[in-house]
Amino acid sequence: MTQENTLSSNPSLMPDDQVVLEIESLTKYFGGLRAVHNFDVTIKEGELVGLIGPNGAGKTTIFNMITGLYSISAGDIRYKARRLIGMEPHAITQLGIARTFQNIRLFPKLTVLDNVRIAYHPHAGYNMLESILRMGRFGAKEKELTERALDFLAVFGLQDRYNEIASNLPYGEQRRLEIARALAAEPKLLLLDEPAAGMNPGEVIALMDLIHFIRDRFKLTIFLIEHQMRVVMGICEWITVMDFGEIIARGTPGEIQNDPKVIEAYLGKGAVTGARAEVA
Amino acid sequence: MIKQLRRLPSWLTVTIGLVLFYAVIQFIISMGWITEYVAQVLQWAGIMTISSLGLNLIYGFNGQFSLGHIGFYAIGAYTSALITKDWYSTWSGSRVGALSGVIALDTGLIVALVVVSLLRLDAIQKKLKGAVSRWLSQFETSVLSGVVTFLLALIAVAAGGAVGWLLWRTLPPVLEAVLGLLSAEIAKQVVFGLALILGGILAAIVSLVVGQPLLRLASDYFGIATLGFAVGLYVLLQNSDKVIPTMKGARGMVGIPVWTNWFWVFICAALVIVAMRNLVYSSVGRAIKSVREDEIAAKAMGIDVARYKTVAFAIGSLFAGLAGGLFAHKSPGFLHPSSFDFLKGFDPLIVIVFGGLGSMTGTIVASTGWAFLLEGLRVALPQGFEAWRFVIYPILLLIIMLLRPQGLLGGVEWWFLRPPKVQTKTPPGDEEK
Repeated sequence: MTQENTLSSNPSLMPDDQVVLEIESLTKYFGGLRAVHNFDVTIKEGELVGLIGPNGAGKTTIFNMITGLYSISAGDIRYKARRLIGMEPHAITQLGIARTFQNIRLFPKLTVLDNVRIAYHPHAGYNMLESILRMGRFGAKEKELTERALDFLAVFGLQDRYNEIASNLPYGEQRRLEIARALAAEPKLLLLDEPAAGMNPGEVIALMDLIHFIRDRFKLTIFLIEHQMRVVMGICEWITVMDFGEIIARGTPGEIQNDPKVIEAYLGKGAVTGARAEVA
Repeated sequence: MIKQLRRLPSWLTVTIGLVLFYAVIQFIISMGWITEYVAQVLQWAGIMTISSLGLNLIYGFNGQFSLGHIGFYAIGAYTSALITKDWYSTWSGSRVGALSGVIALDTGLIVALVVVSLLRLDAIQKKLKGAVSRWLSQFETSVLSGVVTFLLALIAVAAGGAVGWLLWRTLPPVLEAVLGLLSAEIAKQVVFGLALILGGILAAIVSLVVGQPLLRLASDYFGIATLGFAVGLYVLLQNSDKVIPTMKGARGMVGIPVWTNWFWVFICAALVIVAMRNLVYSSVGRAIKSVREDEIAAKAMGIDVARYKTVAFAIGSLFAGLAGGLFAHKSPGFLHPSSFDFLKGFDPLIVIVFGGLGSMTGTIVASTGWAFLLEGLRVALPQGFEAWRFVIYPILLLIIMLLRPQGLLGGVEWWFLRPPKVQTKTPPGDEEK
């Protein structure tokens, strides 16, 4: 745990290093398969933390447990000191945790605007009767939330595409739309599951800038899964490395880069020397 | 002229349009330009529209494949028929007996459901299990929490029952007095309107109760389970005379007043269409659609998936119940369980797939087309060949599905059924996109 101390001595963005997410000895079994074992991490407000590891290491399983989509076998997850175990996924999101998915899960047949507006639903501010009668708060609130959704689209350069069907967007824009949709849920903690998957190097660089930008603009704490080393190395302040469901290393990008265990997990035994060049 | 029309608020244009449409058809009927038979087909088209829109909300918009729609239609039909038959030719001893009985039943059930949701049974059960599991074995824990849940559920039933019983005891003289103040004709229309609404509400309540366990099932399993509900209800209806003699079970209920006319069908259809449009293009409607698109993504975006499945199912069933009420009071005023068997249950499903899932316009057009096609073929086909209708329309269906898999009007909406225009800050040139 000494490494955690080094991190808190870093010039952090937030003056009061408030803990946002705390995971303790999290374990998940799928039948006899142990997908995640004794995982723990502590994320403080404003941090950008990366979770890396080879395919099948159990990274997405952890996200699914945080967001309540999977039940947990053992351990504890706390968001701002509140236990998330046993809560419904939508209730967890409404507390302020939003996510994206590894293999984009937009609402494919709805418009770009509706995709974002759906995430606003818990904050819509009018009830069903008002919407059926189009009375009361409906008009004003609907206008307000549409404007806010358009503002979000503008941040991601999608404002002209608002009326497009989501599945007709090119791949890169679908990725951006998914992040825009997650932000519309008004999270404090954003979980990004392999945001750079399937992107070319140019797009990856633009994405890294974008992640930095939204973190500062919306005062977010970001927890990010990636298996492209370049992305995590470039933007994360703090990295946890997993392999076969267990933590094998944690530290700053510099420390991780030179950790022989990490290189072994990625490239196999005996590849240590070659890998250094590759990672750098 | 068109430009001036555009400047009017859209609700006003829609209202004027609807009133004009109503008036023209009513005028044609009053002048006797169309036969009573065609007028009947027109009513049938409206009833089919209401019921199919309900199913489209459940299947087309919410993505829940329900085969039990006809069951809710039957509940609406029999409930309203019992009420109006009592008013028309008293069967329960008092002409408002059935009316107050159904009001008491609806209210009692609603009270019980509200109490259940206020008690938060599942949360209590979970807490209790967590608390006592330290001292008791797993078996003892589940028995204890089961007993507590049962007792709490009993409270809910008792509360609902008490309210219902009280209403049932006190309502008849009140209703008799209030309706007695009105002229006979108006009282009759009020009773009919109440009967339709109460039948719809009962259908919605039953769908809430049935939906709680069933909506947890994934799509196809949900379809089979709802089919089971419809078949079960059909058997109940066949034996209904053992409980309420006047329903006559498998012999068919007779003596229902023929009160359904163009006015009532139109009013109900118009209200349902407008309500559905307003719902679909609201935040609630978007939440309903998100469940169809991707349940997991919807959950991750903070949408209470279970809640919006229930909401769509209940509103869809409400529409079915309303349509059933109108159907029951169509000429010849006779209800038979065979009108509600599961084969008939496929009619609205065929209509919405034919018209286009998720298209309100498609449903309206397909319902009307359906009614006029089946009846038109009856006239057009040579004598003795009427049964060939059921050969011709499946072929038509096949062709449509091959040529337009999204349905006749999938993705198309009439202007007043389109989503409201979005005001953007971008230059006006971009708006046409």
